[in-house]
Amino acid sequence: MSTATFRIWRGEKGAGKFQDYTTEVSAGMVVLDAVHRIQAEQANNLAVRWNCKAGKCGSCSAEINGMPKLMCMTRLNSLPLEKPVTIEPMKAFPHVKDLVTDVSWNYSVKKSIAKFKPRPPDAPDGTWRMAQKDADRVQEFRKCIECFLCQDVCHVLRDHQMHDQFIGPRFLVYAAALEMNPLDVQDRIPALRKQYGIGLCNITKCCTKVCPESITITDNAIIPLKERVVDRFFDPMTKLFRVFSGSAR
Amino acid sequence: MAEHLTHEHDVLVIGAGGAGLRAAAEASAAGVKVAVISKSLLGKAHTVMAEGGIAAALANVDDRDSWRVHFADTMRGGQYLNSWRMAELHAKEAPACVRELEAWGAVFDRTADGRILQRNFGGHRYPRLAHVGDRTGLEMIRTLQDHDVHLGIDVFMEYTVVSLLKDGDRIAGAFGYERERGRFHLFRAKSVVLATGGIGRAYKITSNSWEYTGDGHALAYHAGASLMDMEFVQFHPTGMIWPPSVRGILVTEGVRGEGGVLRNKDGRRFMFDDVPPAYANQTSNTEEEGWRYTQGDKNARRPPELLTRDHVARCIRREVREGRGSPHGGVFLDIAWIKDRMPNAAEHIKKKLPSMYHQFKQLADIDITAEPMEVGPTTHYMMGGVRVDPDSQMSDVPGLFAAGECGAGLHGANRLGGNSLSDLLVFGKRAGQHAACYAKENSLGVINSGQVAAAEKQALAPFERDGAEGPYAVQHALQDMMQDLVGIVRQEKEMLLALKRIQEFKARAERVGVTGNREYNPGWHTAIDLNNLLIVSEMVTRAALERKESRGAHFRDDFPVKDDKFGSFNIVVRKGPGGEMHIRREPIPEMPLELKQIIEEMK
Repeated sequence: MSTATFRIWRGEKGAGKFQDYTTEVSAGMVVLDAVHRIQAEQANNLAVRWNCKAGKCGSCSAEINGMPKLMCMTRLNSLPLEKPVTIEPMKAFPHVKDLVTDVSWNYSVKKSIAKFKPRPPDAPDGTWRMAQKDADRVQEFRKCIECFLCQDVCHVLRDHQMHDQFIGPRFLVYAAALEMNPLDVQDRIPALRKQYGIGLCNITKCCTKVCPESITITDNAIIPLKERVVDRFFDPMTKLFRVFSGSAR
Repeated sequence: MAEHLTHEHDVLVIGAGGAGLRAAAEASAAGVKVAVISKSLLGKAHTVMAEGGIAAALANVDDRDSWRVHFADTMRGGQYLNSWRMAELHAKEAPACVRELEAWGAVFDRTADGRILQRNFGGHRYPRLAHVGDRTGLEMIRTLQDHDVHLGIDVFMEYTVVSLLKDGDRIAGAFGYERERGRFHLFRAKSVVLATGGIGRAYKITSNSWEYTGDGHALAYHAGASLMDMEFVQFHPTGMIWPPSVRGILVTEGVRGEGGVLRNKDGRRFMFDDVPPAYANQTSNTEEEGWRYTQGDKNARRPPELLTRDHVARCIRREVREGRGSPHGGVFLDIAWIKDRMPNAAEHIKKKLPSMYHQFKQLADIDITAEPMEVGPTTHYMMGGVRVDPDSQMSDVPGLFAAGECGAGLHGANRLGGNSLSDLLVFGKRAGQHAACYAKENSLGVINSGQVAAAEKQALAPFERDGAEGPYAVQHALQDMMQDLVGIVRQEKEMLLALKRIQEFKARAERVGVTGNREYNPGWHTAIDLNNLLIVSEMVTRAALERKESRGAHFRDDFPVKDDKFGSFNIVVRKGPGGEMHIRREPIPEMPLELKQIIEEMK
């Protein structure tokens, strides 16, 4: 059994420093295993979120050697172990302690998005009919495990801290899942333009790159939503029609 | 008593998995003020891990299905120790609960004519599991979460309850702490719903996360409620076993539902070698017929891989013990073989089992479309829990309700796959409804400051013990012990030893110390949870000693056969007046004739 060194950010409320821990590593281990071993043997009070340990719950998000990843799905054999592995908390959210950040902003954003509103049922027994082909499109978005790594890497949130003007890739995916659900009749296009700030996304695709569920965030969710916003508000023919009919935007 | 931050609600739901979120929605719909306490962030509870589907007799795929068949399947799976009333309500109400999820935004896989698709699963006679690929639990919890956040429910994320509070006999609230700052909070409520899930962390090899320390089981026990069926712990037959760090992570039964087969190291499909008589009529005896069943042939009988989980787990254990296991001590689960039977098999597997494909690819370097997986049993589910009234879900403590895995009754001696998600919906809903009723009919109870002070003192005690043993060492030792002595196969001698060891661990737990402060301190939380694990482990062991037969998930080497004498009662655990653990046998109420007839017809 060999050892490796993990350089873990320790501290509270943003103040802190890296601390090195050397621990035993064995075949098949992931970063979260190493963190758990360190927690059990050397630092009982090391704060870290985790639940399923199988890439299904999205709790153990962190930045490993600078890359936003799930600790439970990052195998040690994918990292260079001859030098220390750095593990830091996500940067786009307020720091709480060690590897834990305050992600509550995400929960309040979701609350602000109009909920699912289905059309009247298609059958007398109160059920709907939907083709698998239509379900497929929505199901891609519903794979999201809310790890918030896409939010973490999004420069609008991470660098510009525009949390009050932009809902971030996670919630554009959420809005896309609702807007593209064939049963849904709610209209979120005006909100996408104004409150949700979809125009702030300039399609750098960083979010898509870090998504552990491989959701094609930019191409399949954000761009089609941008197109819907453009069709509604910036299409020249529609604009002309509005001018002549006197209807406001 | 120190002043604590105090919250007042009509209904307090402890737990934010499927049962808790469904209960909260129902209580809120009844017009009362509701709070949900979530040990983790919202949407991360273990429901998210459920893969296969939600069992409900929608009859979308096979119109021979009905609540009657589902009822009979559930009772057969539970070896007739189930609460027949809960099994009846569950079978009747599950379809409406699934449709309701769709109305709340869930997007299930579809049949060719656009309805909710259903798949085969172990112990279910017809394709019955509404599903979304192999991530049904995620779909369900997300749907409930997204529904609930618009209802005006107060959600306390990353809070843990350490004690229930009582006013005389009835419930008065709960006392707990917030993870982030370590402050204590007092929750006053007219009624409380326990929806805390399972106890998997009592064992070393488990599919459960850190949260599943039997909190609800222990809270109810200390509050004076009865628990039952605690001897029935489900070991899921297929957990990952290699590499060591992933040991225990679940491999969905859906793999077998889609045609996956179990083989030993000689390539033999050993499940054909031992088919229990109760299932012989429904089980195929050729590979050909089993394959046709998985592909939807209504005239075919199911392959033996889809027998109940307890049986499959013991067959795997037998193969390993007798030297026919895989290199790392399991057996082979092969879905790749279906390439001999269908074109584009690799694509088909990735479409039907996307999470499994990724899980093995990323964690074990195994491409399941090309090579077999190595699997072995893992602690998965607790059939036992708080004993409740079948209709209202209220425990013997007035105002205290329980739903989902921390409740007991629906599954009897063994749960069928897919019956858990439907359990959460049906009985979460019922618990929420009746808890709201109770809250409307009763006022807030009086808080006993002595109870609060005692709970606070006990919770903080680990900080007073500098330099003592850390909590993780004791937790790991307990998990090893339970795995060895009260696992899949049990015997009296080992369980008596387990009881002795539990007493030793209790003494060690009393001396456990933690370092650091109260802010987000996992060592402290582990020290607190350890007390719950110890109580739950003792309940499991004592109940398992009392049941001197083998039935469902409970298998005794010293009493290897089922004994009819033990089929007429449940084992009930309760805290005695002197604090000792009291065990009694509680007769199962007589089943109504019409339900008996259904069971006879379906045999």
